[in-house]
Amino acid sequence: MASKAPKPDLATLPKKAEARALNFFYGAKQALKNISLPVYDRRVTALIGPSGCGKSTFLRCFNRMHDLYPGNRYEGEIRFFPDDLNLLGADVDPIEVRMRLAMVFQKPNPFPKSIFENVAYGLRVRGVNQRSVLVDKVEEALKGAALWNEVKDRLDEQANNLSGGQQQRLCIARALASEPEMLLFDEPTSALDPIATASIEELIHQLKDKVTILIVTHNMQQAARVSDFTAYMYLGDLIEFGWTDDVFFRPKNKQTEDYITGRFG
Amino acid sequence: MPGAAANFDLAAARATIAAQKKRDLAFAALGLGALSVCFATFVALFVDMVIDGSGRLSSDFFSNFASRRPEQAGILAAWVGTLVVMVVTAAVAVPVGVASGIYLEEYAPRNKLTALIEININNLAGVPSIVYGLLALGMFVHTFGLGASVLTAGLTLGLLILPIVIVSTREAIRAVPGMIREAAYALGATRWQMVRHHVLPYSMPGILTGVIIGLSRAIGETAPIVTIGAVTFIAFLPPAPVTAAAPFVSFEWLMSPFTAMPIQIFNWTSRPETAFQQNASAAALVLVVMTLAMNALAIWLRFRLRRNLKW
Ligand SMILES: Nc1ncnc2c1ncn2[C@@H]1O[C@H](COP(=O)(O)OP(=O)(O)OP(=O)(O)O)[C@@H](O)[C@H]1O
Ligand SMILES: [Mg+2]
Repeated sequence: MASKAPKPDLATLPKKAEARALNFFYGAKQALKNISLPVYDRRVTALIGPSGCGKSTFLRCFNRMHDLYPGNRYEGEIRFFPDDLNLLGADVDPIEVRMRLAMVFQKPNPFPKSIFENVAYGLRVRGVNQRSVLVDKVEEALKGAALWNEVKDRLDEQANNLSGGQQQRLCIARALASEPEMLLFDEPTSALDPIATASIEELIHQLKDKVTILIVTHNMQQAARVSDFTAYMYLGDLIEFGWTDDVFFRPKNKQTEDYITGRFG
Repeated sequence: MPGAAANFDLAAARATIAAQKKRDLAFAALGLGALSVCFATFVALFVDMVIDGSGRLSSDFFSNFASRRPEQAGILAAWVGTLVVMVVTAAVAVPVGVASGIYLEEYAPRNKLTALIEININNLAGVPSIVYGLLALGMFVHTFGLGASVLTAGLTLGLLILPIVIVSTREAIRAVPGMIREAAYALGATRWQMVRHHVLPYSMPGILTGVIIGLSRAIGETAPIVTIGAVTFIAFLPPAPVTAAAPFVSFEWLMSPFTAMPIQIFNWTSRPETAFQQNASAAALVLVVMTLAMNALAIWLRFRLRRNLKW
């Protein structure tokens, strides 16, 4: 949890994004119901809730991943600041959205290419091919993901040869390389051991100075450790949202309390 | 539970098990027998070819044209013809087949029209090759006036193996995990960038395997090229693709008449003299070795290219 200092007034806190009356449908099946949720600028917001409640679905609305599959439908909007763009707008190109919001997946998914090419890919997609620029950006991103020291002598090796934890940090570096404004994490440590998990959590701590983070996690301790805000979801509804310590220790809703005491206490 | 034990007739159960085990054994024996018949047949054919033909295998056999005198006859025109036809076949089937496979897998909307096209492609793979020959005779030879040329044969065999290339391309593409696609899209890749940078390179081993399997089918095809009117006796090679004078490349070889290995073999087998039969065996041996070599190449390529593909 962030700090013991008095918490700033939410009304004055700048927002990076805000879901407004968001509904989402997989074909006829509604997976998100009227969700309104602010994501504060350069803060970590955790999404918690039982399996199948719609956490991943919500996260994947932000970078329009649902557009890749037929039959999916959004209603409502996700406002993105400072330009007050509706990420879900029909006139907004999902490619552009994905360039501004990067995603890290549950299972590390490096490309079967070299470590260097993995990290450089986001830049290559943007048409950056100048070697000197790529070299600098790749180094910066790998340092940002606390992986540089482990891989600096083997950048041309296959990424699949790295350990699971290293692969996940590589995926974070890949996401960081093109300087996204917001990072979306979907259970980034669920496939990792406790030590690798601790290093990713440490990394999230460092990253939040520069970038807004929205993270889905099944691990209550993790939510408590890394996040400033927590949202509790249940069956597609947003049940409670607030400062993480409030949600964990002074939940307003009985359902939230039951879930957290069941999983945490 | 003593009650349960009393109801359980151990002797009867053992009898049932013993009877089932006999059936198991019977099936294994039957399967092994069937397999042995296949294998023995292949070995017998191969050994027979080697015995009959190996005496004729010499460098002259590869560098002589066909001749009325069996001891002077060779397969020069046939193997060169087969080679150039295969080049054209691959040049037709690879781009068209791979593009179709990518389109169907990555771009085509899932609707009735796509389903219809898919059914058609799967059925095309089963159309007898002579039908392709008839189609080619009407279309390439007569309508387009391409004659019984290398180009006509390549186009015909290219069409013939197109379904194989399309199907194997699609299977290879489908094997690329969704996770990898999502990783690329999430970084802002367009569909074409995703295909070009990921799907295509990662499915290359499977695509190449399909292409080579297709070519090794095409190399032995006789019916379609007989149908289009390939000559059975020819004493010159197609003109060289490179020339001494500008522009240094020539495509005249495409329009050249040709013969091919299976035609040469067929021609020699139909002669009464035993010496020609030996020539046929020797040529058949060369053809079989060519096919096996292509299959070996496919296996090696797949092994080499898949080494780095782990997900
Ligand atoms: N592609 C899909 N088509 C139809 N329904 C889906 C699809 N993906 C998810 N769902 C459904 O939508 C609901 C929300 O799923 P989602 O994956 O967002 O849950 P989650 O909270 O991330 O769960 P978990 O913690 O298990 O990852 C579930 O009921 C799920 O079955
Ligand atoms: Mg999920």
